[in-house]
Amino acid sequence: MSYEFLQILWFILIGVLWVGFYFLEGFDFGVGMLLPFLGKKDDERRAIINTIGSVWDGNEVWLLTAGGATFAAFPQWYATMFSGFYLALFLLLVGLIIRGISFEYRSKDPNPKWRNMFDWMIAVGSFLSALLLGTAFANLAKGVPINAKMMYTGNLFTLINPYGLIGGLATVSVFLIHGANFLSLKLEGDMRERARALSKKIWVVAVILDLVLAVATYIFTDVYARLGANPGIVPAAAVITLLLTGLFINRKQEGWAFVMTGLSIVFTQITYFLIMFPRVMISSTNPDWSLTIYNASSSQYTLTVMSIMALIFVPIVLAYQGWTYYMFRKRISAKKETLIY
Amino acid sequence: MDPITLSRWQFGLTTVYHFLFVPLTLGMGWFVAYMQTRYYQTKDEAFHKMAKFWGNLFLINFAIGVVTGIVQEFQFGMNWSEYSRYVGDIFGAPLAIEALMAFFLESTFLGIWVFGEGRIPEKVHLASIWLVALGSNLSALWILLANGWMQHPVGYVINTITGRAELVDFFALITNPKGWLFFGHTIASGLATASFLILGVSAYHIIRKNNIDLFKRSFQIAAIVGLVGSLLVVLDGHSQGQYVYQTQPMKMASIEALWNTEQPASFSILTIGDLSGKKEVWSLRLPGVTSFLACNNFNCAVQGVSDIQAQYQQQYGPGDYVPLMVVTYWGFRFMFLIGFLMMFLTIFFLFALRGNIETAQWMKWVPWIIILPYIANMSGWILTEMGRQPWIVQGLLKVQDAVSPNLTTLDLLISLIGFALLYGSLAVADFYLMKKYAIAGPDAAMYESVEVEPALIGAQD
Repeated sequence: MSYEFLQILWFILIGVLWVGFYFLEGFDFGVGMLLPFLGKKDDERRAIINTIGSVWDGNEVWLLTAGGATFAAFPQWYATMFSGFYLALFLLLVGLIIRGISFEYRSKDPNPKWRNMFDWMIAVGSFLSALLLGTAFANLAKGVPINAKMMYTGNLFTLINPYGLIGGLATVSVFLIHGANFLSLKLEGDMRERARALSKKIWVVAVILDLVLAVATYIFTDVYARLGANPGIVPAAAVITLLLTGLFINRKQEGWAFVMTGLSIVFTQITYFLIMFPRVMISSTNPDWSLTIYNASSSQYTLTVMSIMALIFVPIVLAYQGWTYYMFRKRISAKKETLIY
Repeated sequence: MDPITLSRWQFGLTTVYHFLFVPLTLGMGWFVAYMQTRYYQTKDEAFHKMAKFWGNLFLINFAIGVVTGIVQEFQFGMNWSEYSRYVGDIFGAPLAIEALMAFFLESTFLGIWVFGEGRIPEKVHLASIWLVALGSNLSALWILLANGWMQHPVGYVINTITGRAELVDFFALITNPKGWLFFGHTIASGLATASFLILGVSAYHIIRKNNIDLFKRSFQIAAIVGLVGSLLVVLDGHSQGQYVYQTQPMKMASIEALWNTEQPASFSILTIGDLSGKKEVWSLRLPGVTSFLACNNFNCAVQGVSDIQAQYQQQYGPGDYVPLMVVTYWGFRFMFLIGFLMMFLTIFFLFALRGNIETAQWMKWVPWIIILPYIANMSGWILTEMGRQPWIVQGLLKVQDAVSPNLTTLDLLISLIGFALLYGSLAVADFYLMKKYAIAGPDAAMYESVEVEPALIGAQD
């Protein structure tokens, strides 16, 4: 396999890992954010958590694998992005930690204050993570200050710009609707209805934010200069699938609604990667200083070894993760006797 | 405080903290898997209760290991970007493989194990806990191969065009003896750590006559595994000593506070250094013992710190190549003495089990032994990592050249203080729950839902 082929392959693979992470953890984050609002009683909250209880940790590994794969395949990208987005990533870690620990600890003590505190930590942690990830990707598409030595020269506030914030809020809103759709698919009775009603409300906000994001992308990124006015099929599909979500919610076809938000997330992520390609960190200081798949990658030998590893293990992982969802496909009721704490 | 010092403190604190939870996960997984297997085979309800009870403690502990593990993966890039650029071609691979091969396995099947009982076939449920144990131990293998490479880099060349170290022999990386010695040591210490927790908690219940049958069985299993574990820790540690002697002579000399090359080399029972931690004031020594630790006979020559320092200055240029000896010296002694103490304790317990332990006076002290493996694990890692200083990769890259150049002192103060506060609170919650569940015993119904309606803030009407 040629060196260039491997570099492109690993760009795609890392893209796939991020897309997978967004699709899966997207509804986890949404469920987390909705938890304190949708769950009225303790049993209900437990039921909400149980819809993702068996899978959220496995879903989060997609992020860890994306990080690990970036390190292995594009060490310069990993080094520049992780050191550059230092405080943002610190906050992301705080969000992921308080959320992860709360899933496991919230039911381990019957004190209502204890449970309430952890429920809110789940919501805040999920919100913070979703907002930061969305902001980070918008900034990756827009470009950040990077000098000739591949070093990030901005700070935390460089990332907090209009386009970054639009990206962050759009991500939060789409994750919310994705989570609400997931809940209406997994819960029973009254809760299912409430999740659906909430999904309908959020949909309006998500559509507006998504359209704003689409327009802003033309203004703030170099997509127009590079690709022209016709966005192509992928970004268009991201918007269309989100619009279709509303239709399916109204028709009470929860499965399709969930698939559509999922696809919308997938297409949005692919759009970001298309804007970036073949660059991995766009330098807003000087385009020539951007990190690309060519100047940021590992050696051909390492990419070959990693390709073999991925070829063996990715199918295995997909098989058993898919099988988990199949095993736990049943709806969850908030009846006390059926709940697993 | 400069960014390098702060980055080192942060990495040290978060890593030592992470490793407070990892060994128990590594060891306890096997115990729970074994107990559940016995239940599957015998349908003896006591084994079911055992698996549940120890499984609960396993889960409380596991959660912190998982969430603090994410930090570990991010920190190489966040704080050590120049390190990541220079060795990422090599070091990134085991990390990515760890996630792909081990993290997915343990996290996915842990979810299945927790939520699957009664919903999935019993056999599948049983298999899932074995896969969790396998996954977490596999993850230890890959991260230790990565760390082993930092201690003893193999299978690479320096590419002068790209200006970095590049992998040329993946097989050498995954068969690095250093990594495998670490792995043996870590797996065995994980078993010992879990054994000591089980011994301590069981003793607590045995003297209070709670579920005596269940806890006596647990005590017995843990005493046997604890002996095997601590014995393997000691043997593997001895092999490691010889490997350190060959590959990191400075670490060896600093562990032993050996200033000048000696043949045979003596073992310091007590050395008093000056305040810099790098100069000897007075010492009491056992002749020949360091030679034995280093090369398995009482006669070989062991290089001293001063000689290696002089040699390194010639080889690598001017600089201080001596680790902080007060740390390596005492780190080794704590680890070493506690390792042996643990071995003797388990032998004692095995003898004691032939009599009546329920009424034995000493049993009331046994819960305190839980802390022993924790001190040993911590000391061992601190000495290993501090003993490599000033190198981040032995002989290849120094810590001072590895740090992210863009970080400011303020950045680091925010993250360091933030992590310290967050990790501190996590430790409080973990300790509270571990203690509560350990003391409550297997009969307590912990899971009942509560009416918390009035207290639920934010719930929609």
